[in-house]
Parts: sequence; C-alpha cells; structure tokens
Amino acid sequence: MTTTSRRVVYYVLTGLLALTFLLPIAWAVVNSVSPNPATSQADGYGLGNYAALVGYGEGLWTYLRNSLIISVVAVGTALVVATTGGYGFARFSFRGKNIVFMSVLAILMVPYAALLIPLSVWLGEIGLQNSLVGVGLVLALFQLPFSTFMMRNAFEAVPRELEEAALLDGCGTFRAFWRIMIPAVRAPLVTVGLFVFLIAWNDFMVPLYLLGADNAPLPLAMVNMRQQVMGVIDYGLTTAGVVVLAIPAVVLFLSLQKYYIKGFTSGAVKG
Amino acid sequence: MAAEVAATAVRRAVRTPSPRGRKDALRGWAFVAPTAILVVGLFIVPIGLVAFMSGSDWSLMGGNRGSNFPDNFTNVLADPLLGQSVSFTLRYTLLTTLILMPIAFLLALLVQEARRWNNVLRTAILVPSALGIASSSLLFYALYSPQVGPLNPILDQLGLMDVRESILGTANGALWATVVLVVWRFAGYYMILTMVGLQAIPGDIYEAASLDGASKVTQLRKITLPLLRPTIAMTMILSITGSLLAFDQFYILTKGGPNNETMTIVLLIYKYAFETKKDLGMAAALSVLVLVALVVVNLFQLRALRGRDKD
Repeated sequence: MTTTSRRVVYYVLTGLLALTFLLPIAWAVVNSVSPNPATSQADGYGLGNYAALVGYGEGLWTYLRNSLIISVVAVGTALVVATTGGYGFARFSFRGKNIVFMSVLAILMVPYAALLIPLSVWLGEIGLQNSLVGVGLVLALFQLPFSTFMMRNAFEAVPRELEEAALLDGCGTFRAFWRIMIPAVRAPLVTVGLFVFLIAWNDFMVPLYLLGADNAPLPLAMVNMRQQVMGVIDYGLTTAGVVVLAIPAVVLFLSLQKYYIKGFTSGAVKG
Repeated sequence: MAAEVAATAVRRAVRTPSPRGRKDALRGWAFVAPTAILVVGLFIVPIGLVAFMSGSDWSLMGGNRGSNFPDNFTNVLADPLLGQSVSFTLRYTLLTTLILMPIAFLLALLVQEARRWNNVLRTAILVPSALGIASSSLLFYALYSPQVGPLNPILDQLGLMDVRESILGTANGALWATVVLVVWRFAGYYMILTMVGLQAIPGDIYEAASLDGASKVTQLRKITLPLLRPTIAMTMILSITGSLLAFDQFYILTKGGPNNETMTIVLLIYKYAFETKKDLGMAAALSVLVLVALVVVNLFQLRALRGRDKD
C-alpha cells in the first residue's frame, strides 16, 4: 500500500472508532428531541421532553439542586480533608500516623455496598437521616484514599525550603500552609476536585441507600421516574434526563481534561 | 490568635530544635484530625456496626430486635439465590475483564503518540468516562429498548431476534448488553491507565531493538508486554474488583431478571435489605461475607502484583 492510501485507511478506521464512542451520546441527544409515540413528545421534533422533565415529580430544579448540594459538599469536604491530611502525612512525623494512613488506604479494600447498610442506620443516629450533606460526606469518604494519596504526593513534591523560608519570615505553620503550600499544589487540587465532582454528580448507589424519593438527586430521580411510569416507559423523558445530567459533567471534563490525564500520570491511582 | 501562638512556637522550634518533636506531633495531629474524624465516624464505626448487625435480628422497619447470631448467616448461605448470583457475578467479571483489557490495550497503542488527531480520538474515547454508570445505563436502556432503540431493527434484519423482543429479555442478551455498555463506559479510563504505563517505558529500548532489526511485533512481544506487566496487573485488579461489585448497571438494566438470572451479589444485598426480605440483618450478614471475600481477593491480588513487580 502507498503511504497515502494507508493514511486514508487509518483515518477511516480511527474515525469510525471515535464515532463508536460518541454515537450513543449523539443518539440520546437526537432521541430526546424526537417524536416518541404516546409519551411527552408525541409529535414532531421539539423540546417537549425537556418541558415535561422540568415539571416532573418534585421538579427538575429540585433534583438539580439536590445533585448540586451533594456535589458541593463532597468536593468541599474532599478538598479540605485531603489537603490538611495530605500535608500532615507528607510533612510531620508523629505517633499514630501510620495507623491513620493505613485506615485511609483500607477504605480501598472494603466494598462500598457493605458499608451502605450500616451507614443507612448510623447516619440516622448522628442526625443525618435522609440528608444530602450525609450523602456528600459519604461520597467524600469513599474518595479519600485517592484524594489523600494524590495530595500527599503533591506536598512531598514541593521543596521544603519554600515553607522553611516562610517560617523564618515569621509565618505560622498554618499560615504558611494556607499562603504558601496550597497555591503550590493548585493543579493536583483541581484534579481531585474534578474527580470527586464527576463521581458525586453521577452517583446513584449511595443516594439510593441513604435518601428518600423526596430528596433524590437527578440520577436517582431519573431511575425512579422510569419505574413509576407503569407499562409505558417514557424513553424521551429518560434520554432528556440523561442529556441534562451529561451536560455539566462533559463540559467540565472537556475543559479540565488535561488535569484528568495528569492525575493518572502523577501515579495517584496506583496506590 | 491561634496563628500567632503557632508562629511563636515555630520561631522557637526553628531556633532550638530540641523540643520540636512534641510540637511537631501536635501540629501533625492537627492537620490529620479532619481525616481521622471522617475515617472513624463514617468508616470504622460502620464496619463495627455491620458486624454487629450481621448477628442481630434487624428488620428494615422494626429496627434491632435482639441477637440472632448464626441465623442470618445460615439463612444467606441456604438461599439458592446466593450460589446463582455468585456464579453469575464471576461469569460477568471474567467476560468483562477478558474483553475490556485487550480493547483498552489496543486503544492505548493506537493513541499514545502525540499527534493532533490522536488527541481528538483520545478525547472521543474518554468522553463516556465523564458519564456516571447510572446515566450510561439509562442511556443504554433506551438504546436497547424495542420501542425507540435503533438496535432492534438491525438485529431483526440480521435474523438474530424479533423486532418486538427486548434485548434485555433473555439472560444471555442481558449479559452481553451489559458487557457492551461497561466496555463503552470504561474503555477510555483503562486506556489512559495503560498509556501511562506505556510512557514509562524508555524510548531508547525500542531504538536499540529497531537497530537490531526487531520487527514491531517482536518489540511488542519482547519489550512492551513484559515491561507493561505491572500496569496490566493493576488495571486487571481494578476491573476484577469493580466487576465483582457490579450494581448500578444491573439494577437499572435488568433488576436481576429475567428469573434472577442476572442477579449480582451486591444487587442481592440490596434486595435482602429493601425489597424481597426487608431484613437488614440478613443484608448485613451478606455484606460481611462480601467484605471478607473482597479483602481476601484484594490481598491475594496485591501480593501477586508485588511479586510481579519484583521480577
């Protein structure tokens, strides 16, 4: 084969490959605005499914707000706990450090499903029954091994001279941490934030165990609404919901993609 | 105020290193305290609680009604659904891992070079990773539907099934349909992990091999695959562990049906707790069994991984 025809074959094949991965999403977008007999978008193309979605159940805005609260709590908690913990593990030596670090890593060994049964009882005991904040905290906990490990490595990569200079200039430990160290690990922080956001925004299992239908985030509401429509499943509504869920995740992912890939290259996932 | 106190402490510590140890320990604990609180409050306590619940007569609505030690476990072990779900979960794990790993490897080989089109291709393959497993499952649930799905007419044309049948209606159809969904969702993720491993292999090894006249295939077999073994082992562990704990995709696509033929172990925990039995004690007992089994599997896999690393 000549180089040109080889190149043509290469582009055709890889183009088909790219399409294979994008087609299901593209189909969902098309289906969500297509006519679906006997459902929310009965005739012609249009936004009927989305209009129906806005008014469905507790209302789309409630579900989106619930998803957002869970995500903000999860990301916020993960960032605070992983930066403080990561710094503590990277820079200080004290008794009990290894036990705490090992317990964080032990979270990796334990299946989440096994923890959700006791958590559904225990969160009620500590006043977090049917609570979006509780779900956010649990999701942050499940991502703790990844985020702590990532931040510990990031802090270890910062030269010690940087904070020692700050300390000599009269900064306290905590101010040096806040003013000098946090800015130095901005990129890994974005990576952790992105990872935890994508997981919290999309998670279904934790809310299923811990939240009632009245407090559902969008993924749980989507699955519930599919089951509630007896007999006829409103696929138009379902795909519209999938598109609404996907938009923030995909936009954030595309704009922060380099951090996503960098997170892997820095070895944080290798544990 | 606290910052000022700490600042004085640090100044003194920097000048006189002797009392530093204890203050260092205090500050270390202060930094690690949020981690410790979260881990104890939401991890250690629940683990203790699940062990306790597994020995209790604990109904979903009625709460704890006293001790019930071996019964939850014997009830779980006597349930024919347990064996069925274990064997289905193992089959699903084997199938997913055997299909996902080679695809991710080939994709990584294809897109690893830094070319503009490769960046586009890599992004396209990675986009499904931004979707949750639940929304991917809902998306594929619609794709597989006889009403609006585009696949049914195609399978009908090929003579594989009737256009009005559901792909998810048979155990085999549902299994393969789920595998396709999972491969679509995770191929990019494992591709990136594999790419990181590929980039860690020094380029001059390949140059030397080329000079010696080794073909691309020989280089792949003699250099890439052996040096990539730790990465392959790691992605395999992730895939195996993830598939053993499969839940969302089966909850959404099949609910374990038809006839409980696609019931996974974790789905069974959910059914015990909230659907068929409404028995949290039994669900806790199965949770404990899964937890122990998973820890054993993980320890075994970690040892295998470390052993390989040493070679």
